[in-house]
Parts: sequence; C-alpha cells; structure tokens
Amino acid sequence: MEQDVNIKITDRDGITHEVLAPTDMAMNLMEVVRSYELAPEGTIGICGGMAMCASCQCYVNTDHHLPEMQDDEEAMLSEAFNVKDNSRLGCQIQITPEMEGLEVELAPET
Amino acid sequence: MIKTDILIIGAGPTGLFTVFEAGLLKLKCHLIDALPQPGGQCSEIYPKKPIYDIPAYPEILAGDLTDKLLEQCKQFEPGFTLGERAETIEKQEDGSFIVTTNKGTKHQAPVVAIAGGLGSFEPRKPLIHNIADFEDKGVEYIIKDPEIYRNKRVVIAGGGDSALDWSIFLSDVASEVTLIHRRNEFRGHLDSVEKVQELKNQGKINLITPAEVTGIVGDSHVKGVVVSQAEHVPTDFKVECDHFIPLFGLSPKLGPIANWGLEIEKNAIKVNNALDYQTNIPGIFAVGDVNIYPGKLKLILCGFHEATLMCQAAYQIINPGKRYVLKYTTVSGVDGFDGTRKEAPKAVVKAIQ
Repeated sequence: MEQDVNIKITDRDGITHEVLAPTDMAMNLMEVVRSYELAPEGTIGICGGMAMCASCQCYVNTDHHLPEMQDDEEAMLSEAFNVKDNSRLGCQIQITPEMEGLEVELAPET
Repeated sequence: MIKTDILIIGAGPTGLFTVFEAGLLKLKCHLIDALPQPGGQCSEIYPKKPIYDIPAYPEILAGDLTDKLLEQCKQFEPGFTLGERAETIEKQEDGSFIVTTNKGTKHQAPVVAIAGGLGSFEPRKPLIHNIADFEDKGVEYIIKDPEIYRNKRVVIAGGGDSALDWSIFLSDVASEVTLIHRRNEFRGHLDSVEKVQELKNQGKINLITPAEVTGIVGDSHVKGVVVSQAEHVPTDFKVECDHFIPLFGLSPKLGPIANWGLEIEKNAIKVNNALDYQTNIPGIFAVGDVNIYPGKLKLILCGFHEATLMCQAAYQIINPGKRYVLKYTTVSGVDGFDGTRKEAPKAVVKAIQ
C-alpha cells in the first residue's frame, strides 16, 4: 500500500523488526509497536498515549524531521529514566509519509 | 477479618461499578486498592483529562467519572481497604477465599472479582547504583508518615506534583528541605509551583536545578546524597541529609496476582467471556482492563458490561438455586443498604374537568 511507510524498530531484547506502518489511521509510533506486539502488553503505552508515563520512550537513530517536542513530553522525559539526547516518547510521534525509513530503539522498561 | 459477599480487587471505574450492580442483587462489596484513593488510573494518572466514550457523557473528566461512580454506588455502602496491595489468596474448605494484603489485613468472601486494571501502582525507582542498600534506611519512595521527617534534613527528587506538594508540606516539618530536579521547569499545578518559589525565596526550601542525584552516602543509614550538576558545576558535590525521597511517579505492575495460579496471557488474566468472566479458578472473576479474551478491548465501557454479567454469576454462587430475574431500575427502583430508596415518581391519575 502506498500510504504505508517502512520503519525499523529494535525491541527491548535487541531484535530489529522491519514493519509497515499505515499513515492514514492516525497512529503514533507507540501504537505501531503495540499493533505488532513488539513489547508485551502492559509494558508500553500504559497511560494510553497522553505523554504521562514514559513507558513508550524510544531512541531515535535517524535524523528524520520529527514533530517538535511539546511541553508535556519534555516534562515527562525530564522525569523518566535512561533518557538520552535522542529520547522521544513514541506516543508523540505521529506516523506520516515523512517517517519513511525511520529507525528507533525501545528504551528499557522501568 | 473483613467479611463481604464480593471482594473486589481494584477500586477503579470497573470495580466501583461492580458495587452498584452487585447492590441491585443485594450483594455487599468490599474493595482493596494499592492507591490511597479510589478511582484507579482515572484518579492517579489523568484526573483532569476528558473522556469522550462513556455512554451518555459527551465529555467527562476522569476525576469526575470517579466521583459520579462513587455517588452512584454510595447507597450500597462499599467497604474500602486503601493503600494496601492484595498479596495472597487462600481457598477455604467452605469454598470461600481469604485475601491478605501486604499490611496483613484479611478479607473473606465467597466471590473474588479482580478489577485490577494494569496492576497495582508501584513507585518508580531511580537508577542509582546503591539505592537498594538504603531502602528503609533513609530512602523512602512513598511518604506514609510525615512525622518521621520532623526536625530531619530531607532531600526530595522529582519534578511533578508529588515532589512539589511534599516539599511544601515538609518545609514546615523537616529542619531542612532540598528539592532536586533535572530541569528548571516543574510539571505541576501552577499554585504549587508558585508556592515552592515563595518558600525558596524565604529560604525554606533549597532548590537545586538542573541537577540529578547520582549516589547515596552513608553506612547503616543515609547521611547524604551525591548531586551531579554537570552543566554548571564540573564536579559532583554532596548534600548532607537524613532522608532521601525520590518521587518519580508510579507505574503499574501485575504484581502478586500473577502468582495466584490464574491463567495469564499478555500480562492479563484469561477469562471465559462467553459466559461470566470467570477465571480458571471457580469463584475468582476478572473484569475490566485486567482480563483478556478474544477480541478484548481495554475500555471503561467494556469493563462496566463485564462487571454486570459477572455479578449475575456471583449471585448464583452465593445463592445457589435461588430464583432471580433481571429487574429494571426504572421499574423496581434502587433500595440502598443504608435504608434509602430511589424510585420513579408515580404517575398521577386525575380527571380533566
């Protein structure tokens, strides 16, 4: 399908998965991870995607132009653990055609 | 020993609605929750967020939903064991269950309904290499009794509401309060942030930002914390204190329930959704976000439905062979255990002259 983008997601066990993510279902990166069950239910997206729990923290390893970080995401990341310079909350990254080729790594569960 | 008809584990929306549905069947409920207040995630994580898919509420704040559910089940006088986590379950010879909490409170009921959501909320522990050595020796993740901090030197870490609120509260109790946060900005209610600013200006709270606690100093008890403020001060420094309280929020864990012999799949409890949401152990049910079955959706409204069907099955266990037919509240009203009665007003028959 032409609306799908290819994304590489490395799970918490270090295994990289190449997945197709739809751009027309208002999905975010956390939801893509859940839809492919790349992290056990109950360990990701705990707050449902409100930037309030950091369970979907990931490291972005490509220089894609991502949506700018909002205050709530920045605040949540400032309280999260294992945060790096390239940390983002997956729930705040919407899947759009610009995400083609994106590579991310899930942060450890805390 | 607390005795009841249905022991509900989890006081979130599904657990609270179970009280109402059980009450219509004249079954009494008692709820256990690890959090200090009812409402589950709705109260703990997102009380100020609107929900748009509760039937008949185009929009309702999660905190208000909790209030409405409490109001709705009030006349059925539910009992609460709050701030305690259900730890063990033992089946008795008479078929009932005894559930004991982490604080030793015992509850007995013929039916147990697990409405545990994503699990019990546990504090998130910061990744400090030697923190485990000082747990209960000056490191506390939850403040249970503020009096233990009287005239002590306290360091609090975190940037959310609880870090702010406890810093404010303890500034009147402790001899010294230091608040450490990774950023200059705090994520909390505006008045809490302003109050901390005021106390800082008065010298009642030491604020160290942006900074991070990276180690704990002490032998048998906390004597201080190592603070790293790399961007401003090149070397780490020590802040002397008697207590270190990291407040980094709570995260849900299925916890001890996972060891109750229930069938677990994907961090959830498998139930029979064709019938009554019973687990593999007769008498133990699981409703709401904590259960799983083909096609499961983790929605509050689905939890309400599951709880309603579950209560019918509970009635059969508690009153074996007793006849019952579904009644509509519009027709039969609601008789509370507190003696109150709600009913539809009677139609007036009056001749028109």
